[in-house]
This record gives sequence, C-alpha cells and structure tokens, in this order.
Amino acid sequence: METPQTGEFALIGKSVVIKGELSGSEDLYVDGHVEGKIELRNNSLTVGPNGNVKANVSAKAIVIQGKLEGTVNVSDRVELRKTAVVTGDVTAQRIAIEEGAFLRGKVDIQKEPGKASA
Amino acid sequence: MKFFRSSSNQTAGPATPQKLTRRSSGMGEISRLLNCEDGLCVLDLGSTSASNIRFFTGKGHKIYSEDLLWSSLDPALRIQDSAGKPVLDSKKFLEENLVYENAQFDVVLCWNLPDYLEENLVKPTIDRLWSVLKPGGFLLTFFHTRDAGPDSICYRYHVTGTDMLEMQEVKFAPPGHSATEKKSPRLQRVFANRHIENLFHDFASIKFFLARDAIREVLVVR
Repeated sequence: METPQTGEFALIGKSVVIKGELSGSEDLYVDGHVEGKIELRNNSLTVGPNGNVKANVSAKAIVIQGKLEGTVNVSDRVELRKTAVVTGDVTAQRIAIEEGAFLRGKVDIQKEPGKASA
Repeated sequence: MKFFRSSSNQTAGPATPQKLTRRSSGMGEISRLLNCEDGLCVLDLGSTSASNIRFFTGKGHKIYSEDLLWSSLDPALRIQDSAGKPVLDSKKFLEENLVYENAQFDVVLCWNLPDYLEENLVKPTIDRLWSVLKPGGFLLTFFHTRDAGPDSICYRYHVTGTDMLEMQEVKFAPPGHSATEKKSPRLQRVFANRHIENLFHDFASIKFFLARDAIREVLVVR
C-alpha cells in the first residue's frame, strides 16, 4: 500500500473532515472524511484506507482503498483495491478491481474520453 | 432459520478459496445475445467480480453490480411476523435494494441467489426483477437439485468465457462478527421444478438446463 510522499500529493489526513466542494490542479490523497464534491480534472485522487468520501468525483484517475459513496467520473483509470467499498456509478476508460473489493453500482467503460453515454 | 452453514466456521482456511470451473449452457445462450447486440445493460446480483465486469464491459455493455445475498444480512431488516417468528422485512429490503427504473436491464444474472435467500424475500425479489427486466430480457439463475444437501457449498460465479464460469466459495462475516470469522451461507431449500415454474409464473418463457453437478440452470425470458 503506497504512502503519500510530501510534495507529491495534497494530503487530507485521517482526522480532517471537509464538507463542501474540493477542486484543484494537483494530485490529492484523502485519508479523512470528505462530503460534497471533488473535481480534479487533470489529476488523480487516492482514497486512503481510512478515507471516507461521500461525494461525486471527477478526476483523471482514482485509486480507492477506503470508502467512497457517490458518482465517479474518471477520464482514465479507476483502481479498486481489496479494501475498497464503493457505492455509486463508475464511468472510466479502464477499471481494475482487486479480489475482495466491494462495488455496488454501474460500471460504464467509455472507449473515448468525453463521449458520455445516456 | 439458519443462514450460515454450521460446519464452515473456520478461521484458518486458505487465504484464497479454491476455484472450480463449470460449463454453463445458460451463459452460452446469454453470450449469443451479448455478441450480437451493443450497449446492453446487465445486472449482476452476485459478489463484486472483476472478471464479470471485465467480461461485460469488454464487449461494450454496461454492468450493474449489487450483492443481494450480502445485503440481506443487514440486521436492520430483522423483524417479527404476527406469530412472533423472526423474519426479514421484504418491504424494507426492496426499498433499499434493486431500486432501478422499470425495464432497465437486458440481462439479469441471479446466479444461485434464490436457493440462499431467506424464504420471505424470494418471491418479492423475483417480482421486482421482473419489473426491472426489459420485455424479452433474460434472467439466468441456478437451483440445486434434490441431490444437494444443506451443507452444499455456496459459490459465487465469475464469467471467464462464452459459456465458462469459475466458481469460488462465498464466505461472509455474520453481523456483529469480525471479518476473520467468515462463514459460508447455508442452502435454505431445494426447489422442485413445479416451484420454479410458479416462481417465474409471470415470465414469458422458462428453459431448464440440467448439469452433472447437482445444479439446474434456469433461463427465463420476460
């Protein structure tokens, strides 16, 4: 399990609670609680093992080790690690799911970015 | 009613349960539909399976994943009926699960769910599945034959080819227990053919495939 390196990620630690809209142009590691909306159009989001995200997420890529509840819209790759618990619809170009991950929702693989299905 | 097999309370088993394979005639029929149409909507009612997601999305279809057997373990569903007997609240169960638009799915993969679901959830669940299937849509489900005992292993199914399935033992941690105390669900009943026909009474057609491993595959069309 990777540990975020200082300077590589913006880090939301496990004791941090954020309610509202998060947007940015750098990679984000969430190990705390975020409720609202996350927009990282050209960057990646990692939900750490202690992370609990209740938000609709738009990002370039996302790695989930903790809990995520909401719609996930990713232009590249979604990765669900074995401890991931995801409730919501996932749209991505590629998806990787480890044995043991839990997903409740739709998986829609978009072959070309920007072509959303109905 | 016992939900878990009494003989499977092990904590020191292999980290990765053994996987078996079986040929599935029902899956073969569904694959023919998947290969000749684009953008179908598939509902998988088993445990989250990377193989299944890869298989269906690889063919350009959308897949919805919802583990109904696991959801039925929610302690909040436990109520008492008029005779004081503990049952599951089917109304609440369907308020929280299988919440989709009518006629949304082309294919529903029920796997062995009816054999392991508690009695009072089975008929309401099948009725809801009728609603969410499109007219002409397929539902595939498996039933044990009379040769199966109550300690038959509960499997989850991974689609690995056109008509090939990989079977992996299902183990859940009972509510209130730690994840290390996983048990395999117990076979609740064995349906006779007549009961299966009654269960799918509202569907347009029903086809049985007999297999050697004490399983009947049932493919129904709405």
